Amino acid sequence: MLYRENGQFKTTYAADQQIFTIAQDKWFVLGVVAFAFLAVPMLADEYMFRAILIPFLILSLAALGVNLLVGYCGQITLGAGAFMAVGAYAAYNFLIRIDGMPLIGALLLGGLTSAGLGILFGIPSLRVRGLYLAVATLAAQFFCDWAFLRIKWFTNDSSSGSVSVSDLSVLGWVVDTPAEKYLFCLGFIVVFAMIAKNLTRATIGRQWMAIRDMDVAAEVIGIRPMYAKLSAFAVSSFFVGVAGALWGFVHLGSWEPAAFSVDRSFQLLFMVIIGGLGSILGSFVGAAFIVILPIFLNQFLPALGGLLGLHISTAAVSHAELIIFGSLIVFFLIVEPHGLARLWAIAKEKLRLWPFPH
Amino acid sequence: MSRKIGDVILDLQNISLRFGGVKALTDISFNIREHEVRAIIGPNGAGKSSMLNVINGVYHPQDGKIFYRGVERKKMEPHMAASTGIARTFQNIALFKGMSVLDNIMTGRTLKMKSNMLLQALWLGPAQKEEIAHRRKVEEIIDFLEIQHIRKTPVGRLPYGLQKRVDLGRALAMEPQILLLDEPMAGMNVEEKQDMCRFILDVNDQFGTTIVLIEHDMGVVMDISDRVVVLDYGKKIGDGLPDEVRSSPEVIKAYLGAGH
Repeated sequence: MLYRENGQFKTTYAADQQIFTIAQDKWFVLGVVAFAFLAVPMLADEYMFRAILIPFLILSLAALGVNLLVGYCGQITLGAGAFMAVGAYAAYNFLIRIDGMPLIGALLLGGLTSAGLGILFGIPSLRVRGLYLAVATLAAQFFCDWAFLRIKWFTNDSSSGSVSVSDLSVLGWVVDTPAEKYLFCLGFIVVFAMIAKNLTRATIGRQWMAIRDMDVAAEVIGIRPMYAKLSAFAVSSFFVGVAGALWGFVHLGSWEPAAFSVDRSFQLLFMVIIGGLGSILGSFVGAAFIVILPIFLNQFLPALGGLLGLHISTAAVSHAELIIFGSLIVFFLIVEPHGLARLWAIAKEKLRLWPFPH
Repeated sequence: MSRKIGDVILDLQNISLRFGGVKALTDISFNIREHEVRAIIGPNGAGKSSMLNVINGVYHPQDGKIFYRGVERKKMEPHMAASTGIARTFQNIALFKGMSVLDNIMTGRTLKMKSNMLLQALWLGPAQKEEIAHRRKVEEIIDFLEIQHIRKTPVGRLPYGLQKRVDLGRALAMEPQILLLDEPMAGMNVEEKQDMCRFILDVNDQFGTTIVLIEHDMGVVMDISDRVVVLDYGKKIGDGLPDEVRSSPEVIKAYLGAGH
């Protein structure tokens, strides 16, 4: 009853091209953002910030980047972890090697470096597609794993092979406490989500989707496949690179190449598949699913055991966690192969007519 | 009709196309005049679609020359052909299934949109203005094709006849000089065919677009085309006015067999 668009008339094309064409959507999302900025810092405790909220935000950003490439442009990638690593190490080197480099500048330059490398590793996409492309992007992963482990220059010749960043500050604002780190990441996420949305509703986004849906027809109407594919790789790697830099700087503080292993690449790909390919919202839902569910199960299972009078060992919990997690993924993929975001879209479509569906 | 058939806009000379040992087209020459409706007919496998693919740069003929507005065309990629004003529709609908009707037709405007990616990312003035200006053009096409009610529907959900219409709309959005239509009426009922004929003739008449048409329905071809070229087994066996072609013994032989 509350969710309907009766009486909301569009009289200009500008009004019809807004991000949220239905007023209720707009207020809902603004409400969520306001809640995230104002209420969450007061409500959440340190554990929530460190273990859940910050990883969720940063991985959402990375998933968003992967989704632009895989979901919107249809180019499958298994190299997302590598581009996170490139973003993190490049930002680190910009920060320590250039005097007076501001934090945000370093993060963005890290993203740009990652974008450059993304274009390089995106070149095979001009000739191969599907699984073959996935294998080609896997090369980026192994190359970066090797480079950051073996080439000492990248890690500033640190003897342990790990690098660390401390004293994060932006224009005098010291990003120190978990709540501040959370707000810092949230700011990035909101801006990047807006950018992603704008790109996907503009001509570049239509070019990506055209290449994804029918590449021959796209070329015939004048879309240059090289430009469309490589720009998708660049933008996607930029997002993923910035996320990697945030992951290193803000979440980990000090890290080594193992933080960005091939596991991370798979995790990001799963996020967009479960969340919903070709959906901005899906990137967030997928990240939430993969970050939060294991933690939830970890807490919930012993509690459930206690309720039933059983003692469940930690080993059993971690095994059960994997089993339940895996079966839930299978369950959701069978119920809705287009991802959780599609479930949400269907619910909204039903709500628009409810309670008079005919 | 108000339109006037002009000079030769596209001249194909001695085109031969081979795929390995298979000869798809052998030594075919014909021309297309500005503002005319030019039909290409022939039995299945005659090389009609290959011919269109040669014209818009998907296939590269091994031999032969193509003159576009009097200038010889060098090796060409499809997106370059598109930028010179050649648009086409597809035999098996090749729409972008995940996108709405509106977005599908908007992609047809890609070549005309110039704002850079940074402006698009921030949705700043010029990018937004451009988006609105092209939206206006696209809405004109939507009105012209009478598909206002489905503009926000994903094309995957539309019935076949409407998808064909959207395919035409996407090609029209390019404001082409030459429009290549690959079996625009295949699989349609009589009413849908009549609608499609009306749209094709209106495009030709109102916008002066030159039309190259592949079609199997002889009634349609004879009715709406100015000149007809007939292919069979990759060779040209007839070329001329519809009536001439219809009475040519070779064409009758190709269509009906030698015994008749």
